[in-house]
Amino acid sequence: MSQAETATGGLAPHSPTRPARAVWTLGLFRSELAVTFRRWRTLALLAVLAAVPVLVGIAVKIETGDGGSIGGGEGGPAFLSQVTGNGLFLVFTALAATLPFFLPMTVGVIAGDAVAGEAGAGTLRYLLVAPAGRTRLLLAKFSAVLAFCLAATATVAVFALATGALLFPTGQVTLLSGTSVSFGEGLLRAAAIAVTVALSLVGLAALGLFISTLTNSGVAAMAATVGLLITVQILGAIPQLDEIHPFLFTHYWLSFADLLRDPVYWDDLLKNLGLQALYAAVFGSAAWARFGARDITV
Amino acid sequence: MSEPTAAHQEQGAVISTQGLTKRYRGGQLAVEGLDLSVPRGSVFGFLGPNGSGKTTTIRMLLGLIEPTDGAAHVLGAPMPGSARRVLPRVGALIEGPALYGFLTGRENLLRYDAADPTADPRTRAARADRALERVGLAAAAAKKARAYSLGMKQRLGLAAALLQPRELLVLDEPTNGLDPQGMREIRSLVRELADDGITVFLSSHLLDEIEQVCTHTAVMHRGRLVTQGTVAQMSAGARGRLAVTTPDPGEAARVLKEAGVADLVTDGEEVSGEPPPARDLADLNAALVRAGVRVRSFGLRRASLEDVFVSLTGEGFDVAG
Repeated sequence: MSQAETATGGLAPHSPTRPARAVWTLGLFRSELAVTFRRWRTLALLAVLAAVPVLVGIAVKIETGDGGSIGGGEGGPAFLSQVTGNGLFLVFTALAATLPFFLPMTVGVIAGDAVAGEAGAGTLRYLLVAPAGRTRLLLAKFSAVLAFCLAATATVAVFALATGALLFPTGQVTLLSGTSVSFGEGLLRAAAIAVTVALSLVGLAALGLFISTLTNSGVAAMAATVGLLITVQILGAIPQLDEIHPFLFTHYWLSFADLLRDPVYWDDLLKNLGLQALYAAVFGSAAWARFGARDITV
Repeated sequence: MSEPTAAHQEQGAVISTQGLTKRYRGGQLAVEGLDLSVPRGSVFGFLGPNGSGKTTTIRMLLGLIEPTDGAAHVLGAPMPGSARRVLPRVGALIEGPALYGFLTGRENLLRYDAADPTADPRTRAARADRALERVGLAAAAAKKARAYSLGMKQRLGLAAALLQPRELLVLDEPTNGLDPQGMREIRSLVRELADDGITVFLSSHLLDEIEQVCTHTAVMHRGRLVTQGTVAQMSAGARGRLAVTTPDPGEAARVLKEAGVADLVTDGEEVSGEPPPARDLADLNAALVRAGVRVRSFGLRRASLEDVFVSLTGEGFDVAG
C-alpha cells in the first residue's frame, strides 16, 4: 500500500521520470483483449459462428433420421457424409464450411476495426498520449486480432464437437487414408486442425490491420477487408488465373484436411503456414510504417 | 528526490516552440512560425477563435502530429521524439473527451491507464477511484459511459488526465459543453491543480474564461501567434475607457470633449470615451462638477481581453481564420 501512497499522494510537480517496467507494458495487451471480447459485436460474431455447426448438425440429423444416407455425395462441404458415422467429423465439416467465408469475414471485421474504429471514436489519440507508443499499440492490436482468430476457430470447433457428440455416435475415427485411430487421437487431430485453421487466418488478419491504419472509419476498413476477401476468393476460383493462385492467402486454406491422413501430408500445410507468415510480415510492416508516420488528426 | 537535469535545461519553460509550422497535405497552412514559451507554474491561456490553429499546435506538442518545420520542446525534451519519456508526465484533454461507450466510467480510466507503460498496475484501481472523486464522478463510476451526459464525459476525460501525478496539463477547451455550474467547477479544479504546482496549458475560445483562470496568455490568429504575455500586461496594454453616468449627458459630453476626451459615445445616461493620456482623471471629475453636471458614477472601465483581441487583429472574435 505504501506504493499506492507514493503514486497517488501529493502531485509533486517536479517528479522525476517514472520508469516503464517491462511487465507493466503487458497491461495494454490484457486491456486490448478485454476491450475486444467485451464488445457486443465480437460476441455476436462468435454467436453466429457457434450457430453454424449446430444448424449443420441438426440438418444432417433430420435428413438422415429415416435411416437414409445424406445427399448423394455431390455438393455440400467436405466430410459431410461421414458425420452420421462419427460425430467428430462434424468438427471438420463445420470448419470446412465456415473457412471459405464466415470465419474470415469475422476476422476481417475485427481486424478492420482494430485501429480505424479507435480513430473514429477518438479514443486513439488518448491511447497515444497515455502514451501507449505506436509500435506497442499496433502489436497489442495484432495480438488481440490473433487471439480472436483462435477464439473464433475454437468456437466453431467446440460447438461442432458438442453437437456431434450429442447427435451422432462417436468412437474410432477412420482417416482419409483408410486407417483407423482411437477417438482420443481423433480429438488431438481435431485440435491440431483447429489451430491450423486459426493460423490460416493470420495473413488476412495482418491485411485487415494494415487497411485499418489507412482510414479513420471503422466501417470503411471492415468493408474494405471483407470486400478484399471476397475478391480474392473469386480470383481463386477462376482457372485462367492459375499463375497467381499460389500467392493468394486463401489458396492453401483447405489443406488442413491433410492432417487427417496417415502419415500426415505436410507439403501444403507448410506452404500454407509459410504464405501466412509472408503476408503477416509484409502487411505487418506496412501497417507499422503507415501507423508510425501518420498524423492523428481525429 | 533527485531532480532531473532536464528541468534545469529548459530554464523555466515547460513548453517552448521555435518556428513551429504545420502545413497539411492539401497545402493548407494550419500553424506558421510559432514561437511559444510557457513558464513553469503558470496557468497559460491559449486563445483564439475556432480554426486559428490551436488544436493543431496542441497535437504537435503531444506528438500526434509531426511538424512540417520548426521544433517543439515539452518538459525540456524534444517532441515528438521523446514522447515515451515526456507524455507520462503530461495529462491531456484534446478536442473533447473520447470514451468506450460499452465500458463503465471506471473501466474507461483503467483502460487508459493500462496504455501508460509507467503506470503501476497495483495502484491502478486506487488511482482511478481517486481521479473519479476529484472530478465528482464517484457516484457514476459504475455507469456505462454511453449513458453519460456531455458534461460527465468531459469530467471523465479530465479524470483520465489526472490518473497520475502530472507536471503539465494540456486542456483543450475543457469547459466545452458544460453548464455554467459545471464550468465553475472545472475552473476551480484548474485553479486547485495550479496551486499544487502543476502547469496548466488551457486552450479556449472564451475570453472571459481565460481572464478568470489564467496568469499568462497567448493569442492565435489564422495560424500565427499574435501576442503572448501575462494576462495583466495584456489588459494593461489596451487602455480602458472612461465611463460617466449622469442625468445630464449632453452637458457632460460637452465638458469632457473640451477636456480632451476622444471617441465620445452617449448612450442614455451614460457617456463614455477615451481619456487623454496626460491628464489625471480626478481633474476631469472636478471639471464636470464645476460645470454643474450631476455625476452618479465616474470611473475607468478596464479593457477586456476582447478589446485587446480586437485591437490586435482588427477583427471580432467570432471570425474564424
